[in-house]
Order: sequence, then C-alpha cells, then structure tokens
Amino acid sequence: MNQTIIITIVSLSGLGAIAAVILYIVARQFKVETDPRIDAIEEVLPATNCGGCGQPGCRAFAEALAAASDISDMHCPVGGNEVMKLVGEILGMEVKEKDPYIAVVKCSGSFEHRKKTNIYDGAPNCTIASLLYGGDTGCAYGCVGLGECVDACDFEAMYMDEKTGLPVVIEDKCTACNACVKACPKDIIELWPRGRKNRRIYVACMNEDKGGIAKKYCSVACTGCEKCVEVCKYDSVVVENNLAVIDPEKCKLCKECVFVCKSNSIHMINFPPPKDRPAVQERPNRKLARTRIETVGVEVTGVEIAISNVTDGTSTENEPEEGNKTEIEKNITKNEENPSGDHKEGGDISSENDNKA
Amino acid sequence: MFIFIFNKLKTFPKGGVHPPEVKISAEKPIEKLPLPANVTIPISQHIGVPAVPVVERGESVKTGQIIAKTGGFVSANIHASATGRIAKISEEMDSSGYRRMSIMIRVDKEEQWADGIDTSDKLISEIRFTRDQVLQKILEGGIVGMGGATFPSHIKLNIPKGKTADVLIVNGVECEPYLTSDHQLMLEKSEELMVGVRILMKALGVDKAIIGIENNKKDAIDKLSKLAAKHDNISVVALKVQYPQGGEKQLIKALINREVPSGKLPIDVGTVVHNVGTTYAVYEAVQKNKPLIERVVTVTGKSVSKPGNFLTRIGTPVSTLIDAAGGLPEDTGKVISGGPMMGKALNDLDIPVTKGTSGILILPESESARSKSKVCIRCSKCISVCPMGLEPFYLMTTTQRAMYDEAEQNRILDCIECGSCSYICPSNRELLDYIRLGKSTISNLIRERQSV
Repeated sequence: MNQTIIITIVSLSGLGAIAAVILYIVARQFKVETDPRIDAIEEVLPATNCGGCGQPGCRAFAEALAAASDISDMHCPVGGNEVMKLVGEILGMEVKEKDPYIAVVKCSGSFEHRKKTNIYDGAPNCTIASLLYGGDTGCAYGCVGLGECVDACDFEAMYMDEKTGLPVVIEDKCTACNACVKACPKDIIELWPRGRKNRRIYVACMNEDKGGIAKKYCSVACTGCEKCVEVCKYDSVVVENNLAVIDPEKCKLCKECVFVCKSNSIHMINFPPPKDRPAVQERPNRKLARTRIETVGVEVTGVEIAISNVTDGTSTENEPEEGNKTEIEKNITKNEENPSGDHKEGGDISSENDNKA
Repeated sequence: MFIFIFNKLKTFPKGGVHPPEVKISAEKPIEKLPLPANVTIPISQHIGVPAVPVVERGESVKTGQIIAKTGGFVSANIHASATGRIAKISEEMDSSGYRRMSIMIRVDKEEQWADGIDTSDKLISEIRFTRDQVLQKILEGGIVGMGGATFPSHIKLNIPKGKTADVLIVNGVECEPYLTSDHQLMLEKSEELMVGVRILMKALGVDKAIIGIENNKKDAIDKLSKLAAKHDNISVVALKVQYPQGGEKQLIKALINREVPSGKLPIDVGTVVHNVGTTYAVYEAVQKNKPLIERVVTVTGKSVSKPGNFLTRIGTPVSTLIDAAGGLPEDTGKVISGGPMMGKALNDLDIPVTKGTSGILILPESESARSKSKVCIRCSKCISVCPMGLEPFYLMTTTQRAMYDEAEQNRILDCIECGSCSYICPSNRELLDYIRLGKSTISNLIRERQSV
C-alpha cells in the first residue's frame, strides 16, 4: 500500500519536473518580446475601456502610446491630465496639458417648451425614430428623447429627466469619453471645455429652421436674430444657418449674450445668480427662465439647465445657499402674480423684427 | 384565361404572408379631385439627386410646365401640376417627415396647359417614335417608378452596356392590403396601358411582356387578357394572393422563375419590372406629351365615410384628399401614406401627395397602436415568412448589439423591407425597425470602406 503511494508521488513529481524543464525551454526559446512600457502604461490607465481616446480599449491605447513618437495629440479623457502626466513619465515624453471637457446637451426643448405634434410608438431607439421622420415635435433638430445617449454612457453620468424629456449630464461623473456624442443621431451632444471655475456658456439649440418656424414649434429655439453676435465683444458668436454658435476658445464668459437672448437658448452653467443686474430681472422675456426654475426646481449638482443652476450653490461658496433660493422663489411668485409678462408666440418675433428695422 | 383555371396559380416559392385584403375602395371609379388652392411640390420626389428649381418666386406657370430640372444622372424632372403663381420656394414638410425644399404654387381658377400637351381622352395607339425619342420623352416627362420606390424610369430603361433584357414585366399585383389605385387604373385605362406596355417594350428592345396581376382582381385580369390576346407577345398571368407578390424580386421569380442574385438588379437576369401606374404615365408622356403631374391615389380606411380612388394632382395636401373622402374620422389613430404593410405614418396632414403616393390609409386608433414588444420566443415564424430567406430575429439582434459584420454576412442588405416578419411576430418585436437601422448603418459603413 505504502509502496504504491510512494511510486505514484515519485512518478508524478518526475513527470512534473520533466514538464517544467520542457516548458522552461519552450518559454525561453519562443519568448514574445513585448515592450515593458506597455504593461506599465496599462497599469496607469483607468481600465474603463470606454474608447474615448479613439482606441478600442485601454490596452490598445497603451500599445499605441508606446509605439507613437509624439504623444502630444493623444489623450485619455477619463484619466485626464494626471494620468497623461504619469504616461509621459513612463515614456519620457512631453505631454501637453489639455483642458478638461464635459458633454453638454445642446437642446432645451423640454415638454413644456416644445409641444408634441404627434405620437411615436415605434422601437424605442433615437436613430430609428430619426430615420423615420423629424421627430414627435415640429422641431427636426432637437432631442428625440428616447435616451440612446443614456444607454451609451458607461459611467452612469447621464439620465433622462422625466419632467423635461431631455438627457441630463451629471457633472461629477462625466468623463468626456465621447460615447454619447457618437450615439446621438441628432448631434445635439457636444464635448465642451469645462471652463474656468467649471463655468461655461453655450447655445442650447441646434435648430436651423428660419426664426418663425423654429419659434412656432419650440419657444426656446434659437431664431438666429444675431443679437448675441452684436453684443459679443470677443467675436466668439457666429450665426450660421439661422443658428448661433459659440466658440468656446474665444468665449470669455462675459454673459452678455445670455442676457440679450430673447429665446433663452443660450445657457450659462454654474454662474452665481444675476442679482447684480436688476434691470435684466425685470424684463418680461426672462419669464421663460423662471418657469424653468419652477418646473425643474432645485436640482442635483450639475444639472444642465439655464439659470436654475444658481440654486445648487456649488460655485457660489461666498453667498449663502438659502439666500439664493429665496430670491429666486420670490421671482417666481412675482411672475405668477404678473401675467402681463407672459410670453406670446409671434409677438416676440415681431418685436425682434422691429428692433432689427 | 383558361390557362390559370387549370394550372396552379404562380407565386414566389419562399415565405410570404396573407394579411386581410380589406379592399374597401375596390370598384370605386376614379374620381377627378378638384384643384386645391395651393399645391406644394417637393423637388425631391424620387430616389437620387433632388431636381434643381428653374422658376423663381412670383413667376406664373402653366400646368405641365417644367419647374425643376434633373440635378444629376439619377434624378427626375418636376413639372407644375397646376396653373398659377409661384408663391414661395421654401422648406416644407414632406412625406419623408423632414422639411425639404418645395415649390408652392398658388393655383389660379382658370387652368392653362403648357404648349404641346394633348389633354383629350382620345386613345393614340400608334407609336410614331424611335427608341431614343421614347427614352427622351420619358426623361422629360419626369417619370419615376410609381409603385412606391420612385426610381427614375429613364435609367431603368437605359440598359447598361454588356447587359441585355429579353422580357418586360409589368407589375399589376398590388399586393398591399387596402390599396386599389392600380386595380382601378387597370380597369379604366386598360387600352392606354397596353399601348404603354408596347412603348416600354420598344424602349427596352424586348419582344415579350408579361403582366402579373394578383388573383383577387379577376375583372382586371379578364379585361387585360382580352386586350392582350390581340398581341401575341403580351401575356397576362394571374398570381396567387400572397404578400409580397408585388416585390420586384418575388414577381420575377414567380413569373419567369429567375432568381435575382444577392446585390444584383433585375437587369442582371435579363428583365425589367415596371408598375402599371408607371406604364400609364409612360403612355401619357410619350403619346400625349403630358408629364407626370397627377396620379391615382386610394383614400381608404374602415371608418372613412366615402373611400375612393382619386385622380390627384402632385402637390395636393393630404388633408384635401381626406376631405374628399368624407373627412377625417373621429377615431383616427394614424394616417398612413401607402399601404398598411410598407406605408409610412404621416406626422402632418399638410404633407403633399408626391409621385410615389399610392394611397392614403386612415387607421382607427384601435388598430394602429403598436403593442408592447416582448422577448423573442424563438418560434422562427419570422424566418418562415421572410420572402428573401433571411433570419429577421438574428438581423435584429446583431444590429441591437452593433455586430454589423455579422449582420452584413447574414445578408441584411437583401432585406426588401416588406414587413412580413414584424406582421407575423407573436411577441410584437420591432424586427423591421431594427433591420432598417442595421441596413442604413451598414450601407454607411460600406460607403466609408469604399471611399478608403
């Protein structure tokens, strides 16, 4: 009995030893030479495999980085400058610092501002709906609202707001990986520089229809009135195809365009409340912004809605949050009492034309 | 006539469904619709490059006058469908569901026809033109495929070098439920149709033509068979009532037993298929010099009070047609341009009738709502009904998961979008929606590949 066990142990150990020798020789003989830096870089990368760098996954990006002679154009949006600095150290190369980006939703046509003209009951997929027709509102450029961007997001940084029907980007979670931008068939999502103090101004509209038609179907559509172009001191706004476009490189965040926009299609994010501009507050066309505050109200951090962000207090450390809220609430109530400031279709446009003339 | 009584009816061999026919507007004579106050004529009513407007705002136009010329090789002329003044040239909603460039004419009460157009009903059966002249007239008349695909006809008739056609197939199948416009046209304009068939044969240089008609239109089969008996090279064949019998590839297989290979055209198997509506338009363009400015449109639906077939000018708003049929029923759920199987719901009732509008179908709310999609139960019904022998459930899944290579290898581009799979699916899955998405994505990928 004992002998059998001993023979088994010895023979198996012997087989193991022989196999180990063969494997050792084979491993030495056929060793695949890999760049050790690739593993080192992969170690530093965030391992999200989101594809935001343009490569199919982090390993592929590491290989591309190790093979590149100049990495100044390559960037990991998720890891950001910190990770790229580490990569630069491993490769011994210069890395250009890049401004952090964030996805912005360039449509403000919520249920309230953009009434439905028909019902879509096909497959719940934005691309299918837009292959079929312009959408269930009269605006063929705006958000379809079926949430393909939310599905595309690997970081849970987006959600569909049930009240507005628009996608919302959660600032803290967005890595600017570009997945939502690629998913959107209407191209309403764009990567935008996060900006100084996380503040940014952009035109939240993609409607290229002429002013009258745009306004007929969406009360917050850009009409291409060019008021923002006139008021901008830095030439950062241009109107092309009846639509204003802000160049974030040139924009100095002076907010002039936001105040001058009659349609409220220019959004400013994370700015302190405009309390130092009482004249603007009293203008009747600000009603729309207030209604929005009313509906979307006090939202979580990073909600991409126009003036409402003043309520979240993230960027207004100096002012007491409670104070802001009351001020806005006051405005809302004031507005409710005063229906004369009501926004009317057509009336707005005609006054615009008067101004032009 | 006796042939099809004793023989089994011809049909395509694979798949197909038989939805309820509901041809409510059958036997309703073609009624001439009065001119609307405005006509809105999109410059892109065909597959290919949009036409280029040659008129300006404020200009007066006569009926039949050319208002937009072909914008490229695959393109078609557009003519004024009414006399009046050009009110505006702007972007208007059309049946694509998007705003597209259109020419709006404010219609005058007095109609004046452009020079050289014969507006009489007199039948001209003698073909006095050479092949080139015929092709030129079809090009000038802006004739496109009127079965719904709206492919410019002059290109289809211009056989590429190295290929030959030996038989012309005329499609009088009208397999879509509800629609009756082609049926009525075959009954009322049968003599003109026969001349049209002969013109098409001349243009193609073929000495044989087959008219395929589904067996639920026995009167049309009888009438056309009698006329065809006078010509020994034109025959009328009755086909089994099965959807999609009128699909180009299915019709070729059923009538002459030739299979169009994947990615190829009917001309590769020596045939060209034209719809009866197109054939009639060809007759008018060649013999009467009359461009394509009107067509027969079926307005139908279970709750429609006066369903019928209307001779409608291109550019007439759909709402005018609906009014002519007794107004929009209260229980309307969807207004569909085309038939219930392949048609497209309209998102606006001011959308104009275009060259490809074969019918306006008004579905009640109870029938039009799509049921909620459930999981695939692997019953394989979609596979058994697919007339192209595809696996719809697999094409849908691969598209959903962005496995485009796999979908392409499984011949997603061969799908003719007949909708049989979505019709039969017991789980109400959006099979065709996703297959369309896959087709468009893969076509774009192929284009990218070719450009690289």
